[in-house]
Amino acid sequence: MPERYEITVPSDLANLACIAEFVTHAALRLGLSEQQAFEVQMATDEACANVMEHAYGPGVAGSLSIACELEGDDLVVTIRDRGRPFDAKRVPPPDLTRPLADRRVGGLGLHFMHKLMDRVVFHHDAETGNELRMYKRRSP
Amino acid sequence: MDVKARQLKRVDLVEVSGRVDSATAPQLEAALQAIMAQDRFRIVVDLQGLEYLSSAGLRVLVAALKQARRWNRGDIRLANVPPRIQSVLQLAGLDAIFRIYDSAVDAVGSF
Repeated sequence: MPERYEITVPSDLANLACIAEFVTHAALRLGLSEQQAFEVQMATDEACANVMEHAYGPGVAGSLSIACELEGDDLVVTIRDRGRPFDAKRVPPPDLTRPLADRRVGGLGLHFMHKLMDRVVFHHDAETGNELRMYKRRSP
Repeated sequence: MDVKARQLKRVDLVEVSGRVDSATAPQLEAALQAIMAQDRFRIVVDLQGLEYLSSAGLRVLVAALKQARRWNRGDIRLANVPPRIQSVLQLAGLDAIFRIYDSAVDAVGSF
């Protein structure tokens, strides 16, 4: 049976630290380097913060599950929730070259997810809810 | 996360350690706002013990930076930035926006 790690936590920002510890541990167990495990942890933290703050929103009860497993040479992190659907296309990418005064102070989380992972796929299903899959290639 | 603020003669020194994520970023924001509420806008943020800084923490730092630099009244300068945090700043395109120093002494002396 292939190695698979999964946790389910209530939507509460206080649980982000526990998710980070879980994902770091799982990524190391699944053969990623320390640096890669840090990057996967960071992308997962940003994704879960988005779910808690936007898909559910403050004070809304709900839970999210985070699973880590290997698919070939990729570590795949799957995050599922039953909050509002998320349309990534509606979040404009941050312009990192603008002078400070003109900077929008948002949109960075999604930018980090795309930069830190090799592939990021959002999927919404009316029956099963939101599913985000993020892929990270293991370095040889 | 742990935030310790110390008032020096001309500068305020803020030491941040641990994890700054969406849950803890408001604490960092409160510490910086408490200093600026006293009309003190020359701030050094020492990141020596910082393990993680998420986009929520960066938003706090950038908002405070804008506020401090308004009317040339001050600045927020970073010291002792760990390599991982430096790479996060680069990824956000913020490494060129903050003035970064090797030590808190250098950063304090730069004002």
